[in-house]
Amino acid sequence: MESQQNRVLILYAHPSSARSEVNSPLLQASRGREAVTLVDLYGEYPDYRISIDREQQRLREHDVIVFMFPLYWYSTPSILKEWQDLVLEYGFAYGTEGTALHGKTFFCALSAGGAEKAYHAEGYNHFTIRELLQPLEQTARLTGMAYLPPFALFGSRTAVDEGRLSGHIADWERLLDAVIEGRIDTDDAATLSTLNDDLSRVIRSKA
Amino acid sequence: MTAYFVQAFIYLCAAVIAVPLARKLGLGSVLGYLVAGVVIGPVTGLVGQETVAIQHFAEFGVVMMLFLVGLELEPRSLWQMRNRLLGLGGLQMALTTAAFAGISLLAGLGWTVALAVGLILSLSSTAIVLQTLGEKGLTKTEGGQSSFSVLLFQDIAVIPILALMPLLALPELLDQSQALSTGADHHEELSLVAGLAPWAHAAVVVAAVAGLVVGGHFVSRPMFRYVAASGLREVFTAAALMLVIGIAALMSLVGLSPALGTFLAGVVLASSEFRHELEADIEPFKGLLLGLFFITVGAGINFNVLADNLETVLLATGGLMLVKAIVLLLLALLFKLQGTDRWLLTLGLAQAGEFGFVLLSYASQHSVLPGHLSQLLALVVGLSMFLTPVLFILLDKVIVPRYTKTDQSAAYDEIGASGPVIIAGIGRFGQIVNRMLVAHGVETVVLDSQSGQIENMRKLNVRSFFGDASRADLLHAAGIDEASLLVIAIDDRGRAVDLVKHARENHPKLKILARAFDRGHGYELRHAGADVILSETYHSALQMAGEALRGLGVHPFTAEQMKYAFVETEQAENEKLYQSWLHEEEGRAFTQHYRELFMKLEALLADAMQSDRTDRHSGAERGWTPPPKGYTEDFQ
Repeated sequence: MESQQNRVLILYAHPSSARSEVNSPLLQASRGREAVTLVDLYGEYPDYRISIDREQQRLREHDVIVFMFPLYWYSTPSILKEWQDLVLEYGFAYGTEGTALHGKTFFCALSAGGAEKAYHAEGYNHFTIRELLQPLEQTARLTGMAYLPPFALFGSRTAVDEGRLSGHIADWERLLDAVIEGRIDTDDAATLSTLNDDLSRVIRSKA
Repeated sequence: MTAYFVQAFIYLCAAVIAVPLARKLGLGSVLGYLVAGVVIGPVTGLVGQETVAIQHFAEFGVVMMLFLVGLELEPRSLWQMRNRLLGLGGLQMALTTAAFAGISLLAGLGWTVALAVGLILSLSSTAIVLQTLGEKGLTKTEGGQSSFSVLLFQDIAVIPILALMPLLALPELLDQSQALSTGADHHEELSLVAGLAPWAHAAVVVAAVAGLVVGGHFVSRPMFRYVAASGLREVFTAAALMLVIGIAALMSLVGLSPALGTFLAGVVLASSEFRHELEADIEPFKGLLLGLFFITVGAGINFNVLADNLETVLLATGGLMLVKAIVLLLLALLFKLQGTDRWLLTLGLAQAGEFGFVLLSYASQHSVLPGHLSQLLALVVGLSMFLTPVLFILLDKVIVPRYTKTDQSAAYDEIGASGPVIIAGIGRFGQIVNRMLVAHGVETVVLDSQSGQIENMRKLNVRSFFGDASRADLLHAAGIDEASLLVIAIDDRGRAVDLVKHARENHPKLKILARAFDRGHGYELRHAGADVILSETYHSALQMAGEALRGLGVHPFTAEQMKYAFVETEQAENEKLYQSWLHEEEGRAFTQHYRELFMKLEALLADAMQSDRTDRHSGAERGWTPPPKGYTEDFQ
């Protein structure tokens, strides 16, 4: 794992990518890495006819799966749900013979409109982002994948105006390169609410 | 008669050999014609004195060229580029004329001669530059647009200069030429205004111009519509020629420049639906006549004069290009052109042009320039045109590489600036495509060979033009060289395939979307090179099938899934069917093998549609298949 690069599959889901201020720049920043495959789901399946074979093949060819999306109603945009419903088939992702995803790693890179303090028991959203994404966490567990907490940007509507985006993108590139090089401390990460709570704890320095 | 045939053959033969060769070498057709002229004239002596007579006739090509320049210019776009046109173009002409006139004065020439020399040398070569810009795909760049503005201003300025020339005549030369002409057999020219009082003269001229504008606007269109309805192409060509020649005749009759008249007529007709058809019809005549003109110029080059004055001519040519380049560079800085655009303008226009030849011969006819000087200048003008391709090579090899690094960051802004979409055929199918594109703010050019259809579209403010889109020249006139997409929806199978083939061969990067009538036609279109092919009735039929299933009580969502399964199964088999069709020799008919494949497809479709959906995990219909009963035991 140390010597060989991890292949990363980023499934990007933004139904209005032209208006995106956070996710689209994040996607652009992910380009130019040989180990990374970028899939624009709304671009590839504008009619929602997701090709199950093609998507399963992609999963087989990668070690780390990333959902990249803006948070819609405490969940993913609908095409990512459609993707899960169709691609994570019995006999492929679960069931006695469904072991295709075993040993892979899964996490989300998302933007959320609310401020971070809203995503707490005392905040108006009542749950942390990690808690809200529990269906995905459990899906990862059932399909045999290691789950990492989300890489999240809060207060996304004002991030550009407040100059928070460039730092976020720099963090993302740092994380992505560490993921490719297998320098993620999975156990330490599992204790966090978001990966970017404490990136330096999650990322091991280069050997 | 025999002599005419032989002569015509020599001219055409020289052009046919030299022009393609020159283009192959990247030198441009103008140089090809010039070289051809040099070869048949001074070098081999195949043609002789008659070149002068032919040259006068060939000058009509310039009149046609100005008609075409006018056609390119809707009054609106003329208005939009007014700053560059007047500022950049006007300053270029004024400064360059002043520079050359000043040099001439210093060289001891009289002021009228100096002014004439300045004006003649200030012009650049529209033919060479526009063609080179087009070939290199630089027409839409800042530098290309600026060059076009300058050239256009020059082309328009030729008209007043032609009017000005006779006023600069040298008395002593005038006397000589009059002495000559009185001796010759001189017949009175036709004129409407000869012997009229000044006010009547003015009234006739105003009436003629007004008649031209009003007639061009209101009379020409019904006339063209009437001619187009006959469906005879040669009659339309005849009508187009009649228009141009008629206007030239009218202008000559009232003592105005024919070039000015046809330019005006061109502008008046620029917004007409017949614009592209007119362009396509007049273009070959203009091309041939201008070509003939260049040949006669080449043939007229006096090698004795060149040999006697080799040093002077070479120095003058170098000086000419240097001065023009300096003026252009100053203007490029003044108008804030950056990087390669700046150098494109500077080097691209640093030659004298074909209108210089026209003015030179006109000036010596009207006794403005002494014969010896105009011969020398003709050599300088010709030589500077010969050298222009060298400057473009310099631009490509030396200057562009220097700027490519810095330019790349700026290039991102220009991605959105793609060319227009050409829609061939604006019937039931093309209309919907066009409406959607226009609603999205895309610039479209619509072509149809039924003038009635075009008339209807024009009433709805759709930019549409009459013409047969399968004609190469018309596509060219409609701007296929700059277009980003070609949508083919014409109501003629064979022509649609020919059109795809032609467009693919000549424009390998163009994206071609074609409407197919049926499966076989679709294969033909694909074989011809179309990128996207849609059968006209396929999707509506599919929709109807879905409605039928729903009518039978199938759940709407299931019916939708079945439609998709149908399409996907068919797409998966389509490649095999196409390959089978492709390899059949028998006139592309559907053969036994193809029929077998088709039957197999039908069976697959039936399988996809009728399969037992209760407990399947593979096959065509697999989405949302529930896991088997008792699957939860796996997790215990």
